[in-house]
Amino acid sequence: MATKATLQRESLVPFIQILGPDGMANPNDVVELGLKPHDFKALYRWMVLARTFDERALALQRQGRLGTYAPLLGQEAAQVGSAYALKPEDWVFPSYREHVVLAMRGQSWVQLLTYWGGNEEGNRIPEGIRNFMISVPIATQILHATGAAWAAKLKGEKSCAIVYFGDGATSEGDFHEGLNFAGVFKVPVVFFCQNNQYAISVPRTRQTASETIAQKALAYGFEGVQVDGNDVFAVYKVTKDALEKAREGGGPTLIEAVTYRLTHHTTADDWTRYRPAEEVEMWKQKDPIKRLRLYLEKQGLWSEQDEAKLVEEAKAEIAQAVAQYEALPKRDIEDIFQYMYAEMPWNLKEQLQELKEYLAEHGGDLPKE
Amino acid sequence: MPQMTLIQAINDALKTEMRRDPTVIVMGEDVGVNGGVFRATEGLYQEFGPDRAIDTPLAESGIVGTAIGMALNGLKPVAEIQFDGFLPPAFDQIVSHAARIRWRSRGRYHVPIVIRVPYGGGIRALEHHSEAPEAYYVHTPGLKVVIPSNPYDAKGLLIAAIRDPDPVIFFEPKRLYRAFRQEVPEGDYIVPIGKASVVREGTDVTVISWGAMVRICLQAIEQLEGVSVELIDLRTLAPLDIETILSSVAKTGRAVIVQEAPRTCSLASELTALITERLLLQLQAPVVRVTGYDTHIPYLTMEQYYLPDAGRVRKGIEKVLSF
Ligand SMILES: Cc1ncc(C[n+]2csc(CCOP(=O)(O)OP(=O)(O)O)c2C)c(N)n1
Ligand SMILES: [Mg+2]
Repeated sequence: MATKATLQRESLVPFIQILGPDGMANPNDVVELGLKPHDFKALYRWMVLARTFDERALALQRQGRLGTYAPLLGQEAAQVGSAYALKPEDWVFPSYREHVVLAMRGQSWVQLLTYWGGNEEGNRIPEGIRNFMISVPIATQILHATGAAWAAKLKGEKSCAIVYFGDGATSEGDFHEGLNFAGVFKVPVVFFCQNNQYAISVPRTRQTASETIAQKALAYGFEGVQVDGNDVFAVYKVTKDALEKAREGGGPTLIEAVTYRLTHHTTADDWTRYRPAEEVEMWKQKDPIKRLRLYLEKQGLWSEQDEAKLVEEAKAEIAQAVAQYEALPKRDIEDIFQYMYAEMPWNLKEQLQELKEYLAEHGGDLPKE
Repeated sequence: MPQMTLIQAINDALKTEMRRDPTVIVMGEDVGVNGGVFRATEGLYQEFGPDRAIDTPLAESGIVGTAIGMALNGLKPVAEIQFDGFLPPAFDQIVSHAARIRWRSRGRYHVPIVIRVPYGGGIRALEHHSEAPEAYYVHTPGLKVVIPSNPYDAKGLLIAAIRDPDPVIFFEPKRLYRAFRQEVPEGDYIVPIGKASVVREGTDVTVISWGAMVRICLQAIEQLEGVSVELIDLRTLAPLDIETILSSVAKTGRAVIVQEAPRTCSLASELTALITERLLLQLQAPVVRVTGYDTHIPYLTMEQYYLPDAGRVRKGIEKVLSF
């Protein structure tokens, strides 16, 4: 019989890991993924692309060529592994950090740069892609995802929704309301929490006294699972299982991907103010990309030359996106007044006219003061 | 006297009041260890400890709702909402409770909280980080709404807000946080809530503004030649200093109102109504409103076209003069 002490230590939810930080994995677990070597390489390629984009975007921001940017460094496996399990008919509701998820779903890097460059056109999701826009107010998109998945269920469609949010988001009322609705109506939605240990400066322990985030699902009447968020295999597996369950009418799942934000919250933040360098160093040892590379090498699927080639290709792909982004045409003043309503009402027409006249008086642009 | 930026003045006001009154606490997201995302609460955690400089969970309704409860039981919480665009989750607690508890309890309870909110555009930020939502709160009976335009007023008004027995929404024009320095007295002083300031005296036209737009108005006035402009900085948006407003417009006969918020149903609308209701026969021209447009404030590549600049203020003044 278990003693009280061991009972207390026993977690209420499973913790799934397949690929360890040393690149070792149990072959049976890998077989169960149902993935082929070309899938492994695709996962790896997306993670490298994600990091390449991230580095480039950070550099652009520092040079004043991009607005405030939220880096994903360290969270590549959580994002790539989960997005790889999605089908095109599934809906994606991102927060603001899932750059590679959006790219994997068919949004271009140029579009992402356009958004972070402060241009609303970056929000124009191409027709046919079931992504929703970046949601800045924390946790609000959780309800939208629940509603979209609920609609799929009511319409008898086989599609699911996945929603991304952080550990901090689990403190908002919208998180609880979203999970509760999903539980009550057995909605085909996957709640994907990237627990990167911090909400800006506030550590996870300040968001909840709960031992895990995943176990919150239990109180809403559905399954919660913790996964090593730096293990792309495990993330893929738990997301795929959750999506399959949802598609079969099994209702929602809360996935807590345990990961770490290796750099600043955004370019406006300075992590050295609230966490020790040793902690960051410790997490660098669990790097999600290095881990998959070690695995691929051990399997004889990856060589130095492969790596060099991929790095070159990724750099070229992102460089091309940057060039396209920087060549975007100057915006039209009417953009400010567009899309407020299906039809522009009188006051907006008047105000647009007012602005046009003002600019015309100054040679077509704002006066230099 | 030390020279301070607006953000330093806010910080100094918090320290001054927390030293004087042990019931004053600050609470909010990232306000403790990190000292606030704008550093408004820098050093408070170190000086006053984690029970008085409280990092809360990420939940605005939670922050304001629990602040109300703390206030009911004898504390004076100064709650920070990290950005103007994240006030909406707290809206229910503000309008349904903070604003109504004195009234509902027939004066048995009251809510002496301050909700500090970085306010407005012009810092090239992401969506929901550049809003000017004052009208919602001015429209809500039971709230006081304050917005300083300079470091001196910021400190004095914040101290007054903390001592005020009613809930105060304290908007801080974030583009001015580090824009300039001013002499700010050390220690304790207040700038009274409900009193506007006449920044500049004049006889031809009254310009009424608040927050970051006050500086834009000053810039415009300096560019105009041969016009005597009286500039009023409201400082408190609710309750309005009706006396200062009306006596100035009665003198000049012309009024221009400058705000960065959208135009429709805004504070500029209310001011226009007050002025025309009470001074119709003294007016030489219809009141002119220079405002943000009735759209969402654009992302950073276009926000400068949305926010009134000195040229648009000049144009407003010329319009009211040439009627
Ligand atoms: C409703 C709301 N409140 C505050 C903010 C400001 N803010 C932006 S990100 C953030 C922390 C979010 O932490 P978490 O949910 O863990 O996501 P992470 O950024 O770590 O990915 C905060 C407080 C916001 N965007 N929305
Ligand atoms: Mg987080």
